[in-house]
Amino acid sequence: MDYVNILIKGVFIENMIFAYFLGMCSYLAVSKTVKTAVGLGAAVIFVLGVTVPVNWLLENYVLKEGALSWMGAEYADIDLSFLSFIMFIAVIASIVQLVEMLVEKFAPALYGALGIFLPLIAVNCSILGGALFMQERQYSTIGEATAFGIGSGIGWFLAIVAIAAIREKIKYSHVPAPMRGLGITFVITGLMGIAFMSFSGINLGGSEEKEDNKDQVTAVVDDTDNTDDENH
Amino acid sequence: MSENVKAPKEPLFSKKNKKLVSEPLNDNNPVTIQVLGICSALAITVSVEQALVMTASVLAVLAAGNVVISLLRNLIPSRIRIIVQLVVVASLVIIVNEILKAYLPDMAEKLSVFVGLIITNCIIMGRFEAFAMANKPWPSFLDAIGNSLGYGIVLVLVSIIREIFGAGKIFGIQLFGDRIEGTGLYSVGYMDNNLIILAPFALFAVGLIIWVQRARNKALIEDH
Repeated sequence: MDYVNILIKGVFIENMIFAYFLGMCSYLAVSKTVKTAVGLGAAVIFVLGVTVPVNWLLENYVLKEGALSWMGAEYADIDLSFLSFIMFIAVIASIVQLVEMLVEKFAPALYGALGIFLPLIAVNCSILGGALFMQERQYSTIGEATAFGIGSGIGWFLAIVAIAAIREKIKYSHVPAPMRGLGITFVITGLMGIAFMSFSGINLGGSEEKEDNKDQVTAVVDDTDNTDDENH
Repeated sequence: MSENVKAPKEPLFSKKNKKLVSEPLNDNNPVTIQVLGICSALAITVSVEQALVMTASVLAVLAAGNVVISLLRNLIPSRIRIIVQLVVVASLVIIVNEILKAYLPDMAEKLSVFVGLIITNCIIMGRFEAFAMANKPWPSFLDAIGNSLGYGIVLVLVSIIREIFGAGKIFGIQLFGDRIEGTGLYSVGYMDNNLIILAPFALFAVGLIIWVQRARNKALIEDH
């Protein structure tokens, strides 16, 4: 049940695009047609689903303070967490390179359509963001981390397919010339973001521990996006 | 004989080099035209101070990274170039992160994961791929300065709008009187717009900036 909660939370409530604006660059640039959007979205689900659990293992058995205790008592107080950026990104980059080679071999048409954005999945903020949020929320098992990774990936997939469908239709409407393309896409994304904010009040009724995690997460959002609590 | 081999030396601030700095400020802006670095542009533009710190961090990472990549460009095999680039950026970002934590701890806490996300800020990788891999160190350095300033302009514009109309402040100084005590403009019924503080407004603000920019320069208008 917890897995389902984490999954649904990742898809809707903590949607990578609409709640955190992670992965906006490729989201805006590859969303001109639904077909390429589906391809990129699927690649993101796959990469997030693989990298988050791998990074979870890395975090819990190498990087975290005391994580190295399996090597012996003398390693128990080593804290390597300052290396987490570089380790996470190395894992992500190698997995993306692998995906790139596979796609090039088995789906050359998709490879051509995705162009520069396939290698750029490595620098898609949602992938590293997934790893960093995983680190911050301290999921207790690898299953939860996987559920989180796949859930965030599906959320990203939904967002990019939705905006691609809207952009295909909006070609037929009279958008003011300077707003065409990028400008109107920004505004639509903003409106969708407001719509997705309605999910934020939903409580899925997880266990005590989950509640604590959620508080930590909202604290981050308060710091970055939402200073209005302090101002009132 | 050596004179024939040597190419004529380009002055440090030739016209071409100046263009590298000035173009990204407007006609080839990384955020509004190249669509790079949007995530951080949206997430940390709640206050002008945050936007400035973020711009400075990106400037430092991009300038150093562009020079390093440009120096290494002939040594990097193209198959693994992304990993090499990421390692360079990640090391630079770790340095910036540690410096921020040491000297600006409050700011480091406010920026939270977004300092780490400079690694995946597409401006950095985008400029590595598009410029530093094919150019000499000095032009790459200028390109980095131009692009991070172009990024900074958009960040600061958005954050000025959001801080003034969302929080009624600029650099933390209250502009319209005290909201809680109801002095100044608040006494005659002025309200801060809370929508502006919320994340989706950043998207509207960037959309508006794009509108103004493209209305002034028709060449930038997209077909669809």
